[in-house]
Amino acid sequence: MKKVYFDHTAGMPVDPQVFEAMNPYFNHFYSNPSSLHSSAQEVRRGLQNAREKVSELIGAKNGEEIFFTSCATESNNWAIRGVASRNRDRGKHIITTTIEHMSVMNVCKYLIKQGYKVSFLPVDNYGLVDLEALQKELADDTILVSVMYANGEIGTIEPVKEISEVVHDKGVCLHVDATAAAGQVPIDVVKEGIDLLTLSSNDMYGPKGAGALYVKSGTRLEPLIFGGGQERGFRSGSENLPGIVGMGRAAVIAKARMRKERLRLTKLRDTFINGLLETISYSFLNGHPTKRLPNNVAVRFSFVEGESMLLNLDIAGVAASSGSACTAKTLEPSHVLRAIGLKHEEAHGSLLFTLGSQNSEEDVGYVLDLLPDIVKRLRVMSPLTPKEVKESV
Amino acid sequence: MDHFRNPRNVGEIPDADGVGTVGNPVCGDVMAIYIKVKDNHINDIKFKTFGCGAAIATSSMITELAKGKSLDEALKITRNDVADKLGGLPSIKMHCSNLAADALREAVKDYRKRQEKHQNG
Repeated sequence: MKKVYFDHTAGMPVDPQVFEAMNPYFNHFYSNPSSLHSSAQEVRRGLQNAREKVSELIGAKNGEEIFFTSCATESNNWAIRGVASRNRDRGKHIITTTIEHMSVMNVCKYLIKQGYKVSFLPVDNYGLVDLEALQKELADDTILVSVMYANGEIGTIEPVKEISEVVHDKGVCLHVDATAAAGQVPIDVVKEGIDLLTLSSNDMYGPKGAGALYVKSGTRLEPLIFGGGQERGFRSGSENLPGIVGMGRAAVIAKARMRKERLRLTKLRDTFINGLLETISYSFLNGHPTKRLPNNVAVRFSFVEGESMLLNLDIAGVAASSGSACTAKTLEPSHVLRAIGLKHEEAHGSLLFTLGSQNSEEDVGYVLDLLPDIVKRLRVMSPLTPKEVKESV
Repeated sequence: MDHFRNPRNVGEIPDADGVGTVGNPVCGDVMAIYIKVKDNHINDIKFKTFGCGAAIATSSMITELAKGKSLDEALKITRNDVADKLGGLPSIKMHCSNLAADALREAVKDYRKRQEKHQNG
């Protein structure tokens, strides 16, 4: 049976070149980079090289501003708690948005319990942050603004540079979660005015278990993990060399391929989106049509439920994802879909296809042939489908 | 899985003797069960469901279980009967089979209410 993978935001394969680069760091270059002997030198070089390569991907001044972590969740936790804790004498107010990843949301909720005040900025129907609302929220005791670069669930890319200008006008620190965006679209931390940036290795064809936090030099930040003083005292724990080297290699490949791959995926994405919206009645795009990640196809279909569509797709060999929380541990639909103003039943009818390097036009065509019939069948079965729609499908 | 892929008794009965609708789109599941009654037995039964895979499978299964049963027997079908027949359901999905059992009960109730009205009127 044909197998098509359209769930890259949830998990990506490791690029074969990345895998190859990592390999010697398991059995050959296994020394601890902190050791004095000469075999540790080679390992230190690998670590330093990875740092440089990651910094080049995001336009940082040098590798000294890159700190490796275990994943994007850790980077987000560290950035927010680290800034909050280091700056509590200056103020206890943090601003974020209603569409952040849970690794931002839940840290903020934790900080509220610790006596901090957090404002969750609303977004418009496309998921874009309202700059005026941001300006109004910024107060004398605001110490941090945390906004994602792009949202993986609806694809919308935020106006980071404009946000940065507003935030820096007030002299406040800006953290940006670039997990979904890095490797896909060009990011320049200097030009865009970013103080802290979260990166994930697996979201750019690197291994799981590696991530990074860019910290602009001079940023007031406390460590999250204490110990032997690795990562210049900011992130203790013996370095995960295979993971770090893999992430470095993934950054090199992403940078080299970005221009071409971005164009290719954008074209594929638009064929996919337009094909679905044209062939299926009562179908809508989630997120912004153009300020959008090249690999993100987020759509919703009225009168049907996401999980039953997913199961039908799975039976036909297609791996995708839904915004419906029936798939998760709660029955609440995704907070992101609710934040862009979707009603519960609209959120429940959402599907998310995230494209990757191995997807072809043929893969897109396969789903375009398949999905209209699935939706039709489920609509016939649904008590929510109005009669005239049933007759027209 | 079979009841999800090939659900039995999908549709509505336009001149049904009883209809039970439960759930709401907010929690993601809506079920409607239509019954036709003859000699106090369920003669025909159909369903419509908006919901996840488990919701579709449980509605299909309960229509199979209830078909041909007397109304009193049908009322005794529990969510566990439905789940067992399907080979078990994860606990997060148990509310789906609950909904199916509720919809059937509502349909029987609706039928009895209509009968009363008929006799009184």
